[in-house]
Amino acid sequence: MKINKHIAVSDSGFVFNPVTGESFTANPMGIEIIEMLKKDQTIEEIHAAVLDRYHTDNTTVEKDVAEFFELLKNFSLIDRHETTEN
Amino acid sequence: MKRPKIRIGVTGLNAIDNPGPGVPVIRGLLEAKSFDAHIIGLAYESLEPGIYMHDLVNKTYQIPYPSAGADQLIDRLEYIQEKEHLDVIIPNFDAELYSFIKLSPRLKKMGIHTFLPTMEQFDERLKVNLPEFGEKYGIHVPKSEVIYQVNDHKKHMEKLGWPVVVKGKYYDAGIAYNADQLAGYFNKISAKWGLPIILQEFAHGTEYNVTGLGDGHGNTISAVPMRKQYITDKGKAWGGIAITDEKLLNLTRKFIKETKWRGAFELELMKDKKGQFYLLEINPRIPAWVYLAVGVGQNIPEAYVNLAMGKEVEAFETFESGKMFVRYSWDMIVNLSDFEKISTLGEL
Repeated sequence: MKINKHIAVSDSGFVFNPVTGESFTANPMGIEIIEMLKKDQTIEEIHAAVLDRYHTDNTTVEKDVAEFFELLKNFSLIDRHETTEN
Repeated sequence: MKRPKIRIGVTGLNAIDNPGPGVPVIRGLLEAKSFDAHIIGLAYESLEPGIYMHDLVNKTYQIPYPSAGADQLIDRLEYIQEKEHLDVIIPNFDAELYSFIKLSPRLKKMGIHTFLPTMEQFDERLKVNLPEFGEKYGIHVPKSEVIYQVNDHKKHMEKLGWPVVVKGKYYDAGIAYNADQLAGYFNKISAKWGLPIILQEFAHGTEYNVTGLGDGHGNTISAVPMRKQYITDKGKAWGGIAITDEKLLNLTRKFIKETKWRGAFELELMKDKKGQFYLLEINPRIPAWVYLAVGVGQNIPEAYVNLAMGKEVEAFETFESGKMFVRYSWDMIVNLSDFEKISTLGEL
């Protein structure tokens, strides 16, 4: 899964898509996930990192991360062809 | 190196809630690097705000409404030319373009350059001709029909569906959800702008606009897409952001290449959920939000003047995306004597 290469993310969590002109605000966990996606980390690596950092159970992490990916997909922040491959 | 001084007449000084492009065009001209602009305002009404912006406009003359005809306009422009020795005129209203295109050979003889679309280009992109335009150049446009009587809508509604956009031939539009609303818009718009009225299929989605400049030979000199972020009740952008959508830019280049568009333009588009763009309108002039293009590195008014003057103009290759414009209103304090001069003498 790859974040759209054009997306700009600031330290404060402001996410801007220069292709569509849309902007969003991500919370700290959202920023971390987007940064990991930008570094081409796999879904498994992202799960493990979130699990390690937030000390919660695996089911919750899987559910929350899946929901967040769905949001990224709906807002065209993930390359569409990438999402279908994953 | 000393920059040449170019004397430029600009219309559209009505910087109101449905703003004319004149004031932002002038701001671009005053920021030009290739010449020093001396600005002569050309106004229709004595309360157009640009008339009183003395830091932007050197002098303003009232000119006759387009409805008065081309002869009255040329008489007035001859008078203005004797005094001001204009090099270029930039007309900024759809309704006046017909007269200016028609008069451009006579203006040229007077020493006034323009850079306008040809009459064929102007007619071809008219709202009433948009479906044929889309078909000819392979650009998606919503279905539309032209009506001269309000009851004529009935035979088109099966094809167009509700809601439907009711449009005037030059300006104004409303979204009608039923026959009563359609009749209301028909009467209001036709009373102001005349017939016919255009009924256009309502396209759901997000509004995008592109402003640009074609050199008349099929080459794109400038193209800047913008997404409206704040829209007034008149449908005008009060805030917008420059974007880099390649699909939009390619569509714009295609439009210029296929039509060999000469001059400035604004494309109004709608993007549906599937990412398909529909062309809603082509305005054959610089739009009121042009200062965003200047702000992101494509000074369209400057390039326009240089093209009008017959100079070689290099195409802009890039612009800075992610910059926004936010419009604001501003109360000026005006001396009554200024208002008196423009109202009684027709110049200030």
